[in-house]
Amino acid sequence: MNEKFYTEGEPIRDTKAPEGPIEDRWEKRKFAAKLVNPANKRKLHVIVVGTGLAGGSAAATLGELGYNVTSFCYQDSPRRAHSIAAQGGINAAKNYRGDGDSIYRLFYDTVKGGDFRARESNVYRLAQVSVNIIDQAVAQGVPFAREYGGLLDTRSFGGAQVSRTFYARGQTGQQLLLGAYQALERQIAAGTVKMHTRHEMLELIVSDGRARGVIVRDMVTGEIERHTADAVVLATGGYGNVFFLSTNAKGCNTTAIWRAHRRGAMFANPCYTQIHPTCIPVSGDYQSKLTLMSESLRNDGRVWVPVKAGDSRPAAEIPEDERDYYLERIYPAFGNLVPRDIASRAAKNVCDEGRGVGPGGLGVYLDFADAIRRLGRDAVEKKYGNLFEMYERITGEDPYTQPMRIYPAVHYTMGGLWVDYDLQSTIPGLFVVGEANFSDHGANRLGASALMQGLADGYFVLPTTIGDYLANGPYGEVDEEAVAEAETAVRTKIEKLLSVNGTRTADSYHRELGRLMWDYCGMERTEESLRKALERIPELREEFWQNVKVSGQAEELNQALERAGRVADFFDLAELMCVDALHRTESCGGHFRAESQDADGEALRDDENFAYVAAWEYGEQGPILHKEALDYEYVKMSQRSYK
Amino acid sequence: MGMNLTLKVWRQNGSEDKGRMVTYRVEDVSPDMSFLEMLDVLNERLILEGDDPVAFDHDCREGICGMCGMVINGVAHGEQVATTTCQLHMRHFEDNAVITIEPWRAAPFPVVKDLVVDRSAFDRIIQAGGFISVPAGSAPDAHSVPVKKVDADAAFDAATCIGCGACVAACPNGSASLFTAAKITHLSLLPQGQPERASRAKAMVEQMDAEGFGGCTNTGECTAVCPKGIPLDTIAQMNRDYLKASK
Repeated sequence: MNEKFYTEGEPIRDTKAPEGPIEDRWEKRKFAAKLVNPANKRKLHVIVVGTGLAGGSAAATLGELGYNVTSFCYQDSPRRAHSIAAQGGINAAKNYRGDGDSIYRLFYDTVKGGDFRARESNVYRLAQVSVNIIDQAVAQGVPFAREYGGLLDTRSFGGAQVSRTFYARGQTGQQLLLGAYQALERQIAAGTVKMHTRHEMLELIVSDGRARGVIVRDMVTGEIERHTADAVVLATGGYGNVFFLSTNAKGCNTTAIWRAHRRGAMFANPCYTQIHPTCIPVSGDYQSKLTLMSESLRNDGRVWVPVKAGDSRPAAEIPEDERDYYLERIYPAFGNLVPRDIASRAAKNVCDEGRGVGPGGLGVYLDFADAIRRLGRDAVEKKYGNLFEMYERITGEDPYTQPMRIYPAVHYTMGGLWVDYDLQSTIPGLFVVGEANFSDHGANRLGASALMQGLADGYFVLPTTIGDYLANGPYGEVDEEAVAEAETAVRTKIEKLLSVNGTRTADSYHRELGRLMWDYCGMERTEESLRKALERIPELREEFWQNVKVSGQAEELNQALERAGRVADFFDLAELMCVDALHRTESCGGHFRAESQDADGEALRDDENFAYVAAWEYGEQGPILHKEALDYEYVKMSQRSYK
Repeated sequence: MGMNLTLKVWRQNGSEDKGRMVTYRVEDVSPDMSFLEMLDVLNERLILEGDDPVAFDHDCREGICGMCGMVINGVAHGEQVATTTCQLHMRHFEDNAVITIEPWRAAPFPVVKDLVVDRSAFDRIIQAGGFISVPAGSAPDAHSVPVKKVDADAAFDAATCIGCGACVAACPNGSASLFTAAKITHLSLLPQGQPERASRAKAMVEQMDAEGFGGCTNTGECTAVCPKGIPLDTIAQMNRDYLKASK
């Protein structure tokens, strides 16, 4: 076996970002983009897959511009995409507080927070566009929190020292998504967008080297449909469910981006996964998902564990001097507000020391007793009421009277399909937006930046850059053979899954794969663990294809079949994640290699050897690595320190 | 120790099928399981036995996407107040309980399969006017129009509707008034929503009627089962806006 599991190809030299002063680059790109005559727009057909913040806003905006749009989602309504579950807020460099925020500071914080593994040009544009997002959302009627003077309220959020996070109680994602959804429904009514709900993309159609459509399955009838267009936009979210247990929705999956990868789209930095520090701990083997508690809770909650290992007294009986507020102790400057990766790993460390609390010792306390004393119960309830309620509902414990128990869980994937400055993948005509791409968060995403990026891509970036591509269209007839071949691939896979008739369900394989990924490619990775994973994943995949049991038929609503198809793709992605994690022998952001840490146990980057984006090309003989070098002209590379 | 339960589940193979209740035993159920996790366990068993698993809608499993919903022991989303089915936990049931599980039942929500229903009528009500017309890029600065905090908060309360459809399932008339009123109220309370206020109320109410939902007779069943506690007085707001628009 190839010891490295991969080969290396040509580096990527051009990301199409304009040159010149960073603050002018997006303006330059917009001006250079070719325009499409308004009368021609309706002759240009764009497919958008996924209706979360990125996909919903993209489809709505393309419709407003007059393009002919077809949109797909697997849920029964576009309003249900998982962006809806984002709680905490959305960052924007409005500087309404006058507390020293600016576009440049948001840019700086994001590059630094991403541990110097994101592109400066992209991040600067994100920070610039952030201010327009808030304007847009407010105009749509998004009911952000306000102060008594009628102006928008903001709060500071994980890893930021300025107050730039706009929020709508603990339901910011819901309100922003409903804004995008309503804009989308308005376009559906206007006839510019054709919506197909309960449809799942199973294959990408590539004709003459261009992305020209998708094969989808109607999840009600089981019918396999072909849809062709001049360009395809994937807004299909992240792949955190490769771990089975994550804060993603049950339906979130990698199939759309993985099929695109198999057809030539490079996959960038698959190993960059974000483990969110504040989730409700696992309660049993039947657990189907993990629930996040917004990290805004860390603004007022204090994280602690007992000083002594194995201390099993109830929290209330542990005196103050026998508690270790370890984040405040280790990171006095940032305290409980250190970035997510640092907070997560610190929780793991104290649990590894035997100081964890709750069932299995896999939890730490998040305590509001001080906040309730300081602000009063009412004030705490106003701020966090819905989160406390959610916690009580799931655990049966009352966080007003006893501290919450929290533990890290997989939450977000910074990796995704490689895109250039225009958000175009390595397949011409295939654009990728939101969490599905890799572009803006580097190795670690800051809190309240996912909503910002999804909406920046969908409302403002893609609608401009895709025009440049579409201006050379329409792209004519799609090669019939390419369509037929894609459709056959889909049918073959479905038939195969239904014909195995083995003895284990797809979910049970998914659970095992997830456990393996959590243990070997989770919060902490080592060469040994990754090699073990790379040995075990192919064996388990082989067993899956020999022994999975999928009941029912292809031509009906068949949720067992839907799941099995997704699990099959997760196996392949898991392998690439481990190869990427193994090859990157440094630690950076959400990727912590135990071999690469400093004397204090902090992540140690290796800028000399790894200051690049790892873009993986699919190869029959194993993945092929293409490196895109990262240059930092503005933010000086430094070791992150939150002490 | 786990609980042992008897489930009586509505099974219906497509909208043409007549449908029937089927009884299943599930054993060793943990009180910490969510209701949907309990059904997952049943379904894993049914798949291995070569049976058709019980089809049900679900996605986020944290009470916000609005995808899940079933009538449990005659109550939409079960008896737990302000809770979606996915957030209902088994600790609220007794050992050896008999639990009936049925889909939302309303003519505008045809059954797709088992517990899965077609709620696209809700999307069409939003299409009729549940939005503010503001193309991307055309918005003024967010602080150009201050909004009173009480109005913003009240708008938020109405805007938290998750579109699950429990209100319709619970209503003896199969009315979608609470759903429609929640959106109308949300947008009516904000200055940004004023220009289209009248046309919105009129179009949305007319679409609601055209979909075949029943009228509101103020029984209040809708707000009682609503996972987000959308207040009944939103319906009064809707009626005021509608009457004004119809003058």
